[in-house]
Amino acid sequence: MFTLIPLIIAFPLLGLLINVVAGKRIGDPWAGIIASLAAGAAFVIAVLQLVGLATTGFEPQVVKLADWIVIGQLSVPWAFQIDTLSVTMMLLVTGVGALIHVYAIGYMKGDERFHRFFVYLNLFIASMLVLVSGDNYLMLFVGWEGVGLCSYLLIGFWFDRGEGGVGNARAGRKAFVVNRVGDFGFVLAMFLIFWAAKSLTFTDVFKFFEEHGAAVAPLATAITLFMMLGAAGKSAQIPLFIWLPDAMAGPTPVSALIHAATMVTAGIYMIVRSNVIFSFAPASQMTVALIGAATAFVAGSIALGQFDIKRVLAYSTISQLGFMIAAAGMGAYVAAMFHLLTHAFFKALLFLSSGSVIHGMEHGRHALAAEGHGGGGHGSHTPIPPHAPAHDAPTFDAQDMRNMGNLRKHMPTTFWVYVIGSLALAGVVPFAGFWSKDEILTSAWTMGTWNGWVVFGLLLVAAFFTAFYMGRQVFMVFFGSERTEPAKHAHESPKVMLYPLIALAVLSVVGGALNLPTFIPGGEALGRWIEHTVEVHPIEFDGGVALISTVVALFAIGLSYLVYGRRPMTTMADPLEKSLGGLFTFLHGKWYVDELYQAVILRPFEDLSRFAAYALDWDLWHNVVHDTVIGGGFRRLAGFTAGFVDKGIVDRFFDGLGGFVRQAASYLRRLQTGYVRNYALAVLVGVLAILSLFFFLK
Amino acid sequence: MNVLFATLTLVTFFPVLGVLALLFVPEEQKDTLRWTAVVTSVITFILSLVMLAQFNPADPGMQLVIRAPWINIGSTWNIDFHMGIDGASLLLVLLTTFLTPIAIFSSWTAIGERVKEYMIFFLLLEVGMVGVFVSLDLFLFYVFWEFSLVPMYFLIGIWGGQNRMYAAIKFFLYTMAGSILMLLAILWLGTNVGTFSYTDMLGKVPAAAQGLLFVAFAAAFAIKVPVWPLHSWLPDAHVEAPTAGSVILAGVLLKLGTYGFLRFNLGLFPEAARQYAPAIAVLAVIGIIYGAIVSYPQKDVKKLVAYSSVSHLGFVMLGLFALNAQGIQGAVLQMINHGLSTGALFLIVGMIYERRHTRELAQFGGLWKVMPLYGTLTLIVTLSSMGLPGLNGFVGEFAILLGAWGAGGAGGSYGSVLYAAFASLGVILAAVYMLWMFQRMFLGKVENSANEGLKDLNWREVTVLVPLLIVIFWIGLYPAPFFHLMAPSVGKLVSALQTAAVALR
Repeated sequence: MFTLIPLIIAFPLLGLLINVVAGKRIGDPWAGIIASLAAGAAFVIAVLQLVGLATTGFEPQVVKLADWIVIGQLSVPWAFQIDTLSVTMMLLVTGVGALIHVYAIGYMKGDERFHRFFVYLNLFIASMLVLVSGDNYLMLFVGWEGVGLCSYLLIGFWFDRGEGGVGNARAGRKAFVVNRVGDFGFVLAMFLIFWAAKSLTFTDVFKFFEEHGAAVAPLATAITLFMMLGAAGKSAQIPLFIWLPDAMAGPTPVSALIHAATMVTAGIYMIVRSNVIFSFAPASQMTVALIGAATAFVAGSIALGQFDIKRVLAYSTISQLGFMIAAAGMGAYVAAMFHLLTHAFFKALLFLSSGSVIHGMEHGRHALAAEGHGGGGHGSHTPIPPHAPAHDAPTFDAQDMRNMGNLRKHMPTTFWVYVIGSLALAGVVPFAGFWSKDEILTSAWTMGTWNGWVVFGLLLVAAFFTAFYMGRQVFMVFFGSERTEPAKHAHESPKVMLYPLIALAVLSVVGGALNLPTFIPGGEALGRWIEHTVEVHPIEFDGGVALISTVVALFAIGLSYLVYGRRPMTTMADPLEKSLGGLFTFLHGKWYVDELYQAVILRPFEDLSRFAAYALDWDLWHNVVHDTVIGGGFRRLAGFTAGFVDKGIVDRFFDGLGGFVRQAASYLRRLQTGYVRNYALAVLVGVLAILSLFFFLK
Repeated sequence: MNVLFATLTLVTFFPVLGVLALLFVPEEQKDTLRWTAVVTSVITFILSLVMLAQFNPADPGMQLVIRAPWINIGSTWNIDFHMGIDGASLLLVLLTTFLTPIAIFSSWTAIGERVKEYMIFFLLLEVGMVGVFVSLDLFLFYVFWEFSLVPMYFLIGIWGGQNRMYAAIKFFLYTMAGSILMLLAILWLGTNVGTFSYTDMLGKVPAAAQGLLFVAFAAAFAIKVPVWPLHSWLPDAHVEAPTAGSVILAGVLLKLGTYGFLRFNLGLFPEAARQYAPAIAVLAVIGIIYGAIVSYPQKDVKKLVAYSSVSHLGFVMLGLFALNAQGIQGAVLQMINHGLSTGALFLIVGMIYERRHTRELAQFGGLWKVMPLYGTLTLIVTLSSMGLPGLNGFVGEFAILLGAWGAGGAGGSYGSVLYAAFASLGVILAAVYMLWMFQRMFLGKVENSANEGLKDLNWREVTVLVPLLIVIFWIGLYPAPFFHLMAPSVGKLVSALQTAAVALR
């Protein structure tokens, strides 16, 4: 059963190959169906691994496929590690992945590069599976960069759109480069690990630290801090979170799959996987927990001031990833994984639902355009593919929540699943998010140290923000009255999109059952499962914390009702703007982090590179030093010498050096007269000379 | 042993037969000329595969050795016709014989004038390059080294761009200038050690003399690589050279320099190599970062790729002077990788140049929509060049950086850790300039109407790129055969270097 594991990657690769070769011909929707089947087949393999583990006493298994890089002591194989942690991730990636594939068949309908989209999606599934199933850090890194590539390709999928036609392309590039900064940390961590443990294989490395851990504590601290830099890149934490909001330029299924449910959790997976090393580095753990909590707070606050429906969810994702990172930093690995799973359910649900909303709004707009009384009288009656750039009304933004309103009337199913997702995210009992978030808060609460309280405080405020901005979003999008014409013409999405939503909604309701508190029968299921791979410290359910978090969530939702629900918005101005004033502008401006990076890193780099390339390398080094000083100086010296010294000596001197110029030029001139035979003759003579030499040698 | 029909003689000199054949084909029959050259180079490649088959990877020493007296004057001048290969030179010969037919084939329509001379020069160039890699006699090595300059000089000077004469002369003079010191060093070695044979000389160069000899050899090789700051000739040569010339220049000629460092500076002067390693590592790291920073704002895509070579070759140098197995094996692999990836990039630039007659980045944009296949293949090569795992570049760079990190001993000394860390920054910068290039050419809207009706790649262009892409994936996913070939030879070198380190203490 475990030997089937290579198939989990082979299936998506097969789907990819089929679509590369024939995708264009089989087209829409078959390319999507093949890709979905490939993802589904991978899910079946993941389930078989689960069964395999359950029937063999949960012993971790390693299946080696081939050697990869073997140099001296360095020996890195292509090998799979099957344990409860990796199988959890496999199930998540393939399960949620398959649902999103199906959804995308509907969402991407009519796109001119339909098959290519599914090629990328399958490549993503394969890369993500390499990431979670490898038995060594280098394979993890292969998947790590592979998913980064897919992210780049999919953010820029519509590469001729966005601001100035290159906005999407720029967003993709930003994501890749920022992630490479994180990868830099990851790579240095690997160097340190290898030269200490002489291996990159998980079991060897962890064994090394278990044996020498205390003696190499500073090393463990350095390794884990570099790892955190890597995690900050991939899981969008301070200071590298800036790429994720821009990544929303990708098609919405991508936002759900890559930028919410799976890829961005890779950093958490890496930390949980490396728990043995972290256990010898308390300073790193504290740093990780504080970074996570601070990120949760900052990103949560930014989400309050956004109008783009996906951008709110993007900052919410950063904030929730902060919860998971904080949990991983506190050593609450089960809580981190638990929140990772539930978040995957409800955030994928929310993103896909927002996609459904955007889809509906765009159809509303196109319906208007087709009727001929929208968009300045273009009146085209040819059907316009969805998600096409807005030729009819360039200023209209189908993702701006201020353009929506009362959509529950037009899109009832989307509305209900959206509400379920929001309640789960806000952490309302008994939805999935409540249980997982509560565990993280309880871990911080029970730490009992000053940084424990800081983490708890930041996370609690972040939880308040979460409930508030989700309430704001639901009231702005689905309640009140339609604020634009397209909103009035919006309609529900097709069934192929709605079924995956319903499946995810069910998971968002019952997902908490994965790891209920111990006083409920069947509780701690995830804990007892993960325990076979990761050392687990069970967290006792704390009624006080549960009460506080519930009150905070309900209070925030109530407050959002007072601001956005009781008197629905009618203008484009946010009521919060009036009450918060400059603070709202600050939040809307995203704490001006992008501007900061622009001023501190990007512009200086551009200036430096331009200076280095044009002034330093070209004008100074190439033109002045080489051409004028060396070249010119030599020419002057040669001319001077020629005037005084016997011509024969100079000539001979020239033969070796400067005079070659003239020699060669005259030689070339002769070639250019067309008498090539002369030259060929010379070559022939030379060749014969060489050959005859050989004959003499014999 | 029959020197004339030995495998290495055949691999080296077979293109001369093609040259002879070309001489008898009339200038007007261009396709015949082209086919003759392609077939000759393909047969040469097949011969090099025969050489591969005869090679025993388990043996760390020189193999397929041929040796015959050549120039003997008195008892002090014993110059032999002496050839042989080990794992590293075998791979570089294969790279040369693999890239040459691709480069010739890519010139099919690009070169329409003086096809005959062009093909003759190209085949002679191959003789020179292979000769450098297989020579075991220092004098013979020098002859091939200088010989390889001449055809490239003409390829740039006749079939190059606007400023071709300037670039050709600069290329020639710079390489010559460096070589003079090397020639003096070779003559000193030949007369003082009593042999010009590399294998006889191994371990016999007195430690006291190694310092100066190291510098003399390094002068020749560093210009060729080029090691920062001796790179000034490179952008000129690349920008002016015809496409195929750039492919060979970047793909093989630069490797003559790194190969020289590996063979002579590390092999003959191990003590000096130890002492100079930190200095060279610093130059390599500066080259990595400087090359990357300077690549980024280039306006001409060919110049961008040219400067990126300064960065990439910096990695090779860093790996070589890590003086351990990971670093050196990574460096040898990275020589191959750079030949494949940068060779492919120059081919790609040539393809758009043939269509648009410009290489200005500002002239492009949105090409992926117009030429989807071209865009996709370029993307793969771009990713390979910036070291994406799963493709070739990553394997080499990772091994080099890992080796460099641990170069100072078991846990890595303070200095070597810093070199590796700064060099790793170059990996971030590679993504910056390569993705920027890709965006400028392929992403965004098609805004220049001249780009609208461009035809996607034809079968000939695809044929040129596909072999390179296959090897790019092969090395990325399963580099074991390549490491397998070079491991014993590099292992032997590394243990010699370790002995030297002990001697120095």
